[in-house]
Amino acid sequence: MRRAAWGLMAIALLGIPFIAGNYYINFTSQIFIAAIFAASLNLLVGYGGLPSLGHASYLGVAAYLSAWMYLKLGMAHWMTAPIAIAATTMMAGLFGLIALRATGLGFLMLTLALSQVLWGTAYRWVSVTEGDNGLRGMTRPAPFGINLEDPTAFYFFALAIAVLAIWLMARFVGSPFGATLRGTRDQARRMSALGHNVWLIRWITFVYAGFWGAISGLLFVYYHKYIHPASLSLTTSAEALIGVIAGGSGTLAGPLIGAAIVMVLKNYVSSYIERWNMLLGFVFVGIVIFMPDGLVPGVRRLWARWKARRP
Amino acid sequence: MTATTAALSIVALKKSFGGLPATNDVSIEVLPGERRLIIGPNGAGKTTLFNLITGDLKADGGEIRLFGQDVSRLPPHRRAHCGLARTYQIITLFPSDSLEHNIALSLLGLSPLRWSAFRPLGRHAHLYDEARGVLKRVGLDRLAGRSISEVSYGEKRRVEIAMALAQKPRLLLLDEPLAGLSREERMSVTELIAAIPRETTVIMIEHDMDAALGFAEQITVLHYGSVIVEGTRAEVVADPKTREVYLGDS
Repeated sequence: MRRAAWGLMAIALLGIPFIAGNYYINFTSQIFIAAIFAASLNLLVGYGGLPSLGHASYLGVAAYLSAWMYLKLGMAHWMTAPIAIAATTMMAGLFGLIALRATGLGFLMLTLALSQVLWGTAYRWVSVTEGDNGLRGMTRPAPFGINLEDPTAFYFFALAIAVLAIWLMARFVGSPFGATLRGTRDQARRMSALGHNVWLIRWITFVYAGFWGAISGLLFVYYHKYIHPASLSLTTSAEALIGVIAGGSGTLAGPLIGAAIVMVLKNYVSSYIERWNMLLGFVFVGIVIFMPDGLVPGVRRLWARWKARRP
Repeated sequence: MTATTAALSIVALKKSFGGLPATNDVSIEVLPGERRLIIGPNGAGKTTLFNLITGDLKADGGEIRLFGQDVSRLPPHRRAHCGLARTYQIITLFPSDSLEHNIALSLLGLSPLRWSAFRPLGRHAHLYDEARGVLKRVGLDRLAGRSISEVSYGEKRRVEIAMALAQKPRLLLLDEPLAGLSREERMSVTELIAAIPRETTVIMIEHDMDAALGFAEQITVLHYGSVIVEGTRAEVVADPKTREVYLGDS
């Protein structure tokens, strides 16, 4: 059942560029980026029990840094990409030192505060960020001579990185380290009594989540060729968090499905209904009422019940 | 000065909550291999003392040494690496995980494998083999794959002890291991505790005097955060102060 579902999805994802038009190809590329972003947030929220409202920081800073170095310093893509990722990951290390002074609500507020500082900076530091105009004129790189300006080429590029990212994150949560991370979520005190350094486990996860957030930010700025302070806003963080929770936090597939739902509502429904945020709210409330732990665990439970009923 | 280093040496330990002393100038020395019982009425500060030893609580003053090493300023996980393990009065397990996974988390606590973040946990077969071995020691190997939420209260108590034993601790703190158990379950857990090898020093808090007195070689009586009587079983039981505060004056 599970293997069949993954197989079908693989065929569908590989086939889309050959049957669908550019609109859908571009749209699906955006879902891949959102999926990496949501999956990285899920490491903290779902597996670490650390609800963050500041994950946009890593997406936004990686995007801004690479665009700024490319546009203002005239650096090449092959240099800006690793520098942006490394700098953003280091920033995650620093933010982790601050945010992990607390857990629960305190952690949520600290992550929110830190990302709001960045958002405000992006708006006000006009000489660097161009403020509300955003940074325009970014281009897509051409790794190994493949021109990513072509929608299909970008699609497969984003797909490859998404598959790699999600596979590595799946290995991370399935490893002994991942088991200890879930342990700190469920019984932090017991974990330290057993010899586990709870703080360090959380900090490493925080940095790792920041790293994948930076990767999604890089793809984001390559896709849009533009970056605006809105990408650092609370809305960006909250949309991802809603996707994670609606899909099922602490599951592998949940955030991917949740992110896809948010993207569909945002891009598709918003052309018919202006207040798409309202609809997103209704959909979220609907899911949480009927499936409190998210779509993936909810559907799994329904499936188990359905299978139990017919021998 | 004794020739051997004490397993646990506490000197002038203090802790108060909002001005109320919970641990009031406590000094205790426990020798390696010893079986020590700590008794005292409710609110005497027994569990607080355990929490200070493990580092869950920070002491206001005094010194704690484990096998000669001053651990007063070490966080709880570092003390675990010094050979300290504990059980909780209120069962503290990972309820949605299997029994063997609970034990595996305990084994990982002292293993460098805990930092491995790529190879799936399930492929580390030796970890689960060892976990099942520990469960066999406490008679729960047939339930190894069951989730904690599916087993009885008495079985959970035994998992608590198994989690501590898995680490082969040098000093084991048992906080009311018999609390809430039926008569038969008490007997089996008492046997389990009696079978702990002498390499492990054991300090136990317990209210069930029948079972506890059989176990204890040395007894410490706490009252309002202070040690009021200490000595061998016979000495402590005979002491009028013990009768006054604990056994009930008649």
